[in-house]
Amino acid sequence: MSAPSAQSLGAAPRSGARLARLAGGKLVNAVVVLLGAATTAFVAQASLPGDRATVILNIRAGQAIRRTAAELAQINAEYGLNHPLIVQYFDYIRGLVTGNLGVSYQQYRPVAQIIAEQMGPTIVLSLTAIALSWVIMILWVTLTAGRSARVSALGSVVDTTAAGLPQYWLGIILLLVFALGLGWFPVISGNSIAGLLLPALTLAIPLAGFMGQATRAEFENSLEQPFVISARMRGMGDFEVRLRHVLRHSILPAVTLSGWGLGATLSGAVVVETVFSRSGIGQVLVTAVNSQDLPVVTGIVILIATLYVVANVLVDIAYVLIDPRLKAQ
Amino acid sequence: MTGIVETRRIEDRVVTAPHGREGRLRVANLNVSFTRGGTEHHVVHDVSFTLEPGECVAIVGESGSGKSVTARTIVGLTGGRSTVTADEISLDGESLIGATKRQWRSTRGRRIGFILQDALVSLDPLRPVGREIDEALRLHNWGNRSERKRKVLDLLDSVGVPDPQNRARQRPDELSGGLRQRALIASALALDPEIIIADEPTTALDATVQAQVLSLIADMKSRGVSVILISHDLSVVAQLADHILVMKGGQVLESGEAHQVLHDPRHDYTRSLIDAVPSEHTRGKPLGPPVEIIATPHPPRVAEEFADYDGPVLEAKHLVKRFTTPDGSVSVAVDDVSFTLARGETLGIVGESGSGKSTTARLALALSRPDGGSVSLLGRDWTTLAEPRRRALRGRISVVYQDPLSSFDPRWNAERILLDSLPAELDGDSAARHARVRELAGQVGLPEDVLRRFPLQLSGGQRQRIAIARALAPSPSVIVLDEAVSALDVSIQAQILDLLVGLQRQLGLSYLFISHDLGVISHLSDHVLVMKDGAVVERGTPDQIFNHPRHPYTQQLVSSVPTLDD
Repeated sequence: MSAPSAQSLGAAPRSGARLARLAGGKLVNAVVVLLGAATTAFVAQASLPGDRATVILNIRAGQAIRRTAAELAQINAEYGLNHPLIVQYFDYIRGLVTGNLGVSYQQYRPVAQIIAEQMGPTIVLSLTAIALSWVIMILWVTLTAGRSARVSALGSVVDTTAAGLPQYWLGIILLLVFALGLGWFPVISGNSIAGLLLPALTLAIPLAGFMGQATRAEFENSLEQPFVISARMRGMGDFEVRLRHVLRHSILPAVTLSGWGLGATLSGAVVVETVFSRSGIGQVLVTAVNSQDLPVVTGIVILIATLYVVANVLVDIAYVLIDPRLKAQ
Repeated sequence: MTGIVETRRIEDRVVTAPHGREGRLRVANLNVSFTRGGTEHHVVHDVSFTLEPGECVAIVGESGSGKSVTARTIVGLTGGRSTVTADEISLDGESLIGATKRQWRSTRGRRIGFILQDALVSLDPLRPVGREIDEALRLHNWGNRSERKRKVLDLLDSVGVPDPQNRARQRPDELSGGLRQRALIASALALDPEIIIADEPTTALDATVQAQVLSLIADMKSRGVSVILISHDLSVVAQLADHILVMKGGQVLESGEAHQVLHDPRHDYTRSLIDAVPSEHTRGKPLGPPVEIIATPHPPRVAEEFADYDGPVLEAKHLVKRFTTPDGSVSVAVDDVSFTLARGETLGIVGESGSGKSTTARLALALSRPDGGSVSLLGRDWTTLAEPRRRALRGRISVVYQDPLSSFDPRWNAERILLDSLPAELDGDSAARHARVRELAGQVGLPEDVLRRFPLQLSGGQRQRIAIARALAPSPSVIVLDEAVSALDVSIQAQILDLLVGLQRQLGLSYLFISHDLGVISHLSDHVLVMKDGAVVERGTPDQIFNHPRHPYTQQLVSSVPTLDD
């Protein structure tokens, strides 16, 4: 095709400025998505059946009885439920912007405070799990992809099996073997560093399997590309070619999956924190859902939405860093 | 990955180089076979040659001839499950047979450099070209970081890349075809290897860029570098080669001094390769053995309306097309282009990438709307027509592109691809539709069993024949051929060009033939337009353009066409 190409014949454009503009655009998108999530959570709360003040009183008292008008008026005033819905909505959004997520029905404490206390361990767990899954995936794919037919087949069977392992089962097996059986790790993880490895592995192994499946096909395809032959013709060894050239061409699908993986490990944390007796947001979410503590549930939903948005912005930035050609589009 | 290299009892045999000289590189009776699915395929048979300092050996053959496998085996990268046997492979008297991985790694890049086709994919597309050159130095522990940085710039400068400081920071896709090929060459030359192996180094490049790259290789040769040049095109190797090996099906059919092979070929296949090179002198003559083309005009109802029409079938007046580039500036892709195409004639448009020739083709096909000017088809207004009314005329003009594979549904076999392209008036009559598909396959010289194959199972030549049959299906008056033979080996290209000439005679077709290859254009065209930067710089008959070019650009283009005369 001889359509004018976008070849820049002058000096290379300043990539920093373009990257900043890209990130700015993503940020605007992020705000819109978050507003959507917050609005959905608000509408869901507002449209629940029954009188809100009665529900709140019943949760506090732990029993369902008829309430007097005076009792209800006090609750309505406390939570601003006597205002028109639109005013309540704007109060709620204003609260979110200032970091005020409301007060737990059950614990009488600000939701932000409850989440802040429990968020740390969960985020540490999620990030450790994602980092571990990358290490496992890269090692396994680099060692097995594009080898002899037998080794390649073994590689992809292991990927598929790992991707299909249920977390609660895997967690219990790891706990039985390495903590109870071999005694290498504490049975009750608590928040210690030694206690972090088994729960993180429980989340990392299935994720590594998923990412391995996505990466392997691209990896084998890239191994056949002419630039790989060029590199070998320069005297580069096979292993170095795989790490320096091929890997970069094949990890984009895994980067996308990592964004999704952050959400998956947060929800996986609910199971893992129970199995390994870790504190964290997963435990808080289970309790809040069981007791209909809506402000806490809403707060966690918004938190997870925020993390998803942040993860996706990071994924988009990583994309351009890995494949700079995408910047032109 | 690396093939097993075995010695075939060298002690018992007296090995003499073909010229009886000491060679820098000596290859004697090289055999390569691959094992696929339990069966052994012998792909290289008894290849022998000697390479002296400052000498160029060319290996010429079509795809599948074993020429690239031979080249890769010399650096120990045969690939796949291969078995390599040879009486001798030696570099400066030192045997490469049975070399360890470490020995190979220190030979590759340092003593033997390798240049592949198409730097867009032969350099890592995600990295700046400077880093690729730096890598060649780093792998052999050449200098420290800042010394390497300086050396990269020197290397880019030495292969004629202007402004190396900025170019080194750009990726292959940010450089023009010529510049990135030079960067690839710089990465192969980084450590001053004694031998350069160039595997189709100019295929897919524009003629003037090809000429520049070939002269760069000639420079290296004159500095004492030995060159192994691999190509499907004898005319490309004619200027450089001292010795030529002609390969087909893994066999060396002919091997001799370049002048003898080019001017007094001993083998019929060599002669057919020489005859296959199209040029102004071959016009009106077949490039290959004569093939009978049985094509009868198949008049659909629409065509009858135009039976009495004898004006130009396609006429473009003052076409203009502008594009807005991502940074907001406007570029003019087609600038005031006019032409007329008469019935049964061929109009050639020649130009390099970025000249606007393909955009002109899109305007002629009414696939994009011009910003100025108009096109008429068979005397009817064509550009300004509303799409539903235009559809009735669509069958009068069709197109064949360079790479038909991307325009075929990979899950459809050839028959279904052709059935799909038949005009609507045959709808409902299944027998007539299948008969027409068989007729089309016959017209383009395809046996019927090919119709059952899927695109990936077809050879390059067969795919292009299917694409031509598809273009013929609606019985058009005009076919636009946009680089239609550019991706083919010279011998296959000759067959397709002969087919096109035959079809034109039988069916009275008009061709709008677009190519970067002046040789092909001159062979086929009745009139030629030379385009540069969107404008027509010269027009005339092939004789005028080829023998008496007036515009400096045309003169440059003509002098860039490789010829067999060395």
